[in-house]
Amino acid sequence: MTSLDDFRMETRAWLEENCPQDMRKTVTTESDICWGGRNWTFKSEAQQQWLERMAERGWTVPSWPKEYGGGGLNGDEAKILKEEMTRINAMSPLESFGIWMLGPALLKYGSHEQKLQHLPKIARGEIRWCQGYSEPGSGSDLASVQTKGVDMGDHFLVSGQKIWTSYADQADWIFALVRTEPDAKKHKGISFLLFDMTSEGVSTKPIRLISGSSPFCETFFDDVKVPMENVVDERGNGWTIAKYLLTHEREMVSNLDAIFGGSAGLYETAIDSIGLDETGRLDDPLLRADIGEFLIDEMALTAHLAAAKDFHRAGNQLGARSAELKYLGTELNKRRQSLVVQAGGLEALSGPEENNGIGNQSASWLRSKGNSIEGGTSEIMLSIISKAVLRLPSLG
Amino acid sequence: MELFSSEETLLKDSASGFMAENASVQALRDLRDQKETLGFNQELHKTLADMGWFGMLLPEDAGGYDFGHRAAGLVAEEMGRNLTASPFLSTAVLSTIALRQSGGEHLSEWGPKIATGDAVIALAIDEGAKHNPSRIKATAEPDGNGFILNARKRAVFDGYNADRLIVVAKTGEDIGLFLVDPSTAEVEVERNAMLDSRNAANIQISNLHLDGKDLLCPLDKGATVLEATLRSGRAIAASEQLGVAREVAERTTAYLNERKQFGVPIGMFQALQHRMADLYCQIEQTASLISSALRAIDTTCDKAEALSRAAKAKVAKVSRVATEEAVQMHGGIGMTDEVDVGLFMKHDRVLTEMLGDSAHHIDFLLKTRGL
Repeated sequence: MTSLDDFRMETRAWLEENCPQDMRKTVTTESDICWGGRNWTFKSEAQQQWLERMAERGWTVPSWPKEYGGGGLNGDEAKILKEEMTRINAMSPLESFGIWMLGPALLKYGSHEQKLQHLPKIARGEIRWCQGYSEPGSGSDLASVQTKGVDMGDHFLVSGQKIWTSYADQADWIFALVRTEPDAKKHKGISFLLFDMTSEGVSTKPIRLISGSSPFCETFFDDVKVPMENVVDERGNGWTIAKYLLTHEREMVSNLDAIFGGSAGLYETAIDSIGLDETGRLDDPLLRADIGEFLIDEMALTAHLAAAKDFHRAGNQLGARSAELKYLGTELNKRRQSLVVQAGGLEALSGPEENNGIGNQSASWLRSKGNSIEGGTSEIMLSIISKAVLRLPSLG
Repeated sequence: MELFSSEETLLKDSASGFMAENASVQALRDLRDQKETLGFNQELHKTLADMGWFGMLLPEDAGGYDFGHRAAGLVAEEMGRNLTASPFLSTAVLSTIALRQSGGEHLSEWGPKIATGDAVIALAIDEGAKHNPSRIKATAEPDGNGFILNARKRAVFDGYNADRLIVVAKTGEDIGLFLVDPSTAEVEVERNAMLDSRNAANIQISNLHLDGKDLLCPLDKGATVLEATLRSGRAIAASEQLGVAREVAERTTAYLNERKQFGVPIGMFQALQHRMADLYCQIEQTASLISSALRAIDTTCDKAEALSRAAKAKVAKVSRVATEEAVQMHGGIGMTDEVDVGLFMKHDRVLTEMLGDSAHHIDFLLKTRGL
């Protein structure tokens, strides 16, 4: 037996003993997901237990180093842990922007003190982070951010506005792109700042979307004091970190299905609402043809994501190719949601607009329209691929 | 994004170098312009066999190397990139798998000849303009210890001048695969040159008396052997078509950098960039799909059937876009015979029909999902 087999058996036994029965089910509502943070109210005792037990082993962030609250697992072990969790249908003990985004950025660019200060709290779900990137005037052209941080000696005075800040109203800390070097060139004048959302001068306001209420907020900074030591890496190097993080975000976004437990029931919806003809085929040949096109693309993307994971696990950086996954994943999800609503007909459109929980077909359809905008639009993804992969000439 | 082992990289590189030198698009042009009746060059066939590529899917005790489908797919992809004309798919894949799955004497007799390039064996399955194995009309009526075979086959790739045919026919509800010598009087073979300068013969078989031992495998195994044969054929044909798509897309990208209009390379224009970038993404996910199909066949995973069909269906759609965009983005010159893109378009179109087009396989996949 190899040591990996041993690891699998130990992991299986530990999960069997420690994963509460209530935590062995598919995520069906938003409140099933544990986000942690100072203001977090656990949905159940089981949710709290599960988080505490997993955090104790460092398994909320299995591949982070142990000294920063991680599990210190290598790629193979982390894969086994994930497989064993899937085997018993265990929910993820903790999801957060700290895990997906800030953590990887700090591991790569943060100082030892910053890592010690922030990473263990992320791993234990004590501090919930949000991301302050986009601004009303800076969408696709993110590097044009105008939120400014004025150098006051031992601190910056930050003022400006961010938008699309997910869960800003519930987050404890923010990592934000702030222009601290007004005289430097566009991409060189931005710093990556960390600060507490309870600081004086921070306020938030939720945004209502076409799909109903949303986690997105507008976030306002009115002369917020941010200590100098809260800059990650060098001043003016924020864009480099932001770009690095965006590739992480794209990988995550292209795999969102995993978080919400798989397909949106397209095939079942079609069979239920339309029925089959006498040859056993869906009794709407044109919709059936569209579903068929979708089906082979879904199989292709599934294979492609698996290949990308293997590629990544083998120690290769996805780099610009994460744009490819983001593009394919989000465009496919838009098609899926659109087909679900088409298959469901008026059934899929019934119910009041505010009834927009996970699983609501019309809300999911409307929400999916944003998939190819958030985290970099499809058009930006195609431009990245043209330039960085195909090496086609560009204007700037 | 695919990971290759060092052996696979070596194989890929040697296939790429060899095809570019000996079996390139120019070789296909020569074949076409010399009106070669076989649809492939015999010397080249022999050389490809000398490289070991005709024995890749044969077991070692039948003269082969047992490299597996993934390796065969890599070679086929290079053939697609170079439009290499050879009886690889018919002989080294389809017939090889039919023989291998059946086992026995036929495999020991013909395996070594396939591996050395001394035999061409064609699969005679299609009967109409579209591939549809569920509608086979050819019959093999039991007659004493043998059968009487009647068949009208179309699109028998490399069937002209083949040493043997594997003819698919129905015996009652069962499927039989029969090894037929095309030189017998009851077999009429009509050469049929295709758009892509290859051959697909029309074959008429009238009251041919066959011995029981001409049957490759027992009748109750016929359907399973045929399924395995088509599954392998689809996955390898998909690899070849992926090669076509990748090659034309790369040539088009190179052309966008080179061709200037309005004082700039036309690749500067976003209207073209985004189409090429989308095509690139589609090609890459198709490559992963094909690779997973090949792997599934090699590991006899139960997803192999669905994956091989999805792979064949998807690559046809993607390579069609690749070849159409190649002509469009090359502009007027893309319509001329002087540049190669038209040759890619022609072979691509034939590959799409071979072993079933997208609609055929998508229909199957939908049915297995209950709709």
